[in-house]
Amino acid sequence: MDLENQARIKELAEKYGNEDLIVVLGGAEAEASGLAAETVSTGDPTFAGPLSGVSLGLKAYHIFELKEEVDAEVYDEQISMMEMVLDVDEIIKEVKTYRG
Amino acid sequence: MSFPVVKGAAYALIQATDMLLHHGTTQTSELRKNQASEHLEKLPGHLRSFQDAVSYPPNQVYIGNLSPDDLKEIPRPWFQAPVAGASRNGKYGEIMPEDEFLGLMKIVDAFDLVVLEEEFQAGVKEKIAGHPVLKDIKDLDKLSKNPGNMEEISRLVDGHLAQPMYFQGKLVGCVKKAHEFDEALSDHVMFENLVGKASAVFALKLLLAKTNLKAEEVEYIIECSEEACGDMNQRGGGNFAKSIGEMCGCINATGSDTRSFCAGPAHALVEAAALAQAGIYKNVVVLAGGASAKLGMNSKDHVKKGLPALEDMLGAFAIHIAENDGESPIIRTDGVGRHKIGSGASPQAVMTAIVADPLDKLGYKIPDIDRYSAEMQNPEITEPAGAGDVPMANYKMIGALAVKRGELEKADLMKAVGAFGMPGFAPTQGHIPSGVPFIGHACDMIRAGKISRAMIIGKGSLFLGRLTNLFDGVSFVIEKNSGNIKEESGISKEEIRIMIGEAMREFAQRFRNES
Repeated sequence: MDLENQARIKELAEKYGNEDLIVVLGGAEAEASGLAAETVSTGDPTFAGPLSGVSLGLKAYHIFELKEEVDAEVYDEQISMMEMVLDVDEIIKEVKTYRG
Repeated sequence: MSFPVVKGAAYALIQATDMLLHHGTTQTSELRKNQASEHLEKLPGHLRSFQDAVSYPPNQVYIGNLSPDDLKEIPRPWFQAPVAGASRNGKYGEIMPEDEFLGLMKIVDAFDLVVLEEEFQAGVKEKIAGHPVLKDIKDLDKLSKNPGNMEEISRLVDGHLAQPMYFQGKLVGCVKKAHEFDEALSDHVMFENLVGKASAVFALKLLLAKTNLKAEEVEYIIECSEEACGDMNQRGGGNFAKSIGEMCGCINATGSDTRSFCAGPAHALVEAAALAQAGIYKNVVVLAGGASAKLGMNSKDHVKKGLPALEDMLGAFAIHIAENDGESPIIRTDGVGRHKIGSGASPQAVMTAIVADPLDKLGYKIPDIDRYSAEMQNPEITEPAGAGDVPMANYKMIGALAVKRGELEKADLMKAVGAFGMPGFAPTQGHIPSGVPFIGHACDMIRAGKISRAMIIGKGSLFLGRLTNLFDGVSFVIEKNSGNIKEESGISKEEIRIMIGEAMREFAQRFRNES
């Protein structure tokens, strides 16, 4: 996960706590999305960024999992094309792993 | 006015394994953090030989000896499928070894910043003097002058006054800083800028050698790399373009630099097309050199996964855009795609803006385009690093957009992707893979009647400059020239005559009514 994003998420988690804060991912690949979910929950597994060894315990969801929460028209306009080309099941399965 | 044409294209690759080790930012960043890095220790064991780089199938496609369709037939991993009898010389260009390139860096250096060790300099002078394309290059005699000695070079490098130049693990020269304390003229910046200049000079020399274009016929040069030259009062002021033209004898040309990260080349080509179509300049060359910073960018993943360090190639290209000659493929300037500031950043919004909207203007449907060339990064480089197959991702998005627009059945999506898609074959040099590597092949395929039209797409991530989160993208269609120059225009002479006639009649009518 991008080092700057790690820093921004760390700052937000410190400010708002992890109870009412979730991370919404838009990754195009299962592996990369899983890596991001892992980084914000148990810490940066690559030990490269500010979340190395920092367990924020944040829950991450891929936007594909939140389809019902999004206005159908907006979802169609912004996400439906990618939904057609990406491996949705694989991505969701991978991201779920890190929510415990 | 008639549509402009793509007259010719040349492509250069330079294998630079020592630059990968000493100047690639993944390595320099690692060194800064951890001197005893395991990655830096293991990386030299993953470097490949020049012959391995020459016979690597994607590199043979880049210089035109194989077509992208040939590459489809070669099973991966490509690094284990060397092309038998592969040559460094290609139909569109050449693959150069690192020692000759260091010599070229000294030749193009106008401020005596490059110092080469005497014996090394003499060796490369002989090679460049015998090089079919570079033997007549301006300032070749620089390689007979002012050689350095090892003591001086080591002193400059150790004293942080110069960036080292290595060949096969041995220090053979350096690039000095150009100012005592100006960071925009530091040894690091000057090294990268000279790499960019030298590789672009090589591409332009190849274009002049491999096509009918003469140096003195070039009227404008647009340089579109991702480097910036200038001093602390005008960092990025330019002008790479004229410095490159100067080295190649383009005495009648002026030029300037265009920037938009990876989308730069597509912007530059649209500008060149406009200049040629308007008749402002008859012959425009769009070119860019390579980036040493990006060498070995994903090498940590390559090393971890036991692969060769495949990002050891600097890429460069030069493309000739001219007024309509009735033969060469035309650029449809009446349907240029652009990601607008207000377009939105979702992949769907981007693809609609740069693919669907221009095709609507041209009256084409997505499947009417025979080939799309977007981000042609070699997937063998990006997949191990978790970035996936970038060209394939683009093709799937284009296909999905066609399904959403009712131009394609969902069941036929992957079939369409197979038809208009191609495997990526360009090195991960940012602006280099961005649509342009296919232009040489596209022109040949159009001329041979294998395809009628192709769309070239440039996409750029502007957030990298930390000034905006906007995305960028530009596209254009090149297609078969009908041969009738008058017809190849948005509006014919006859139509203009009718329009003038109508306007005159209207004017006369109004005049009569008023009087």
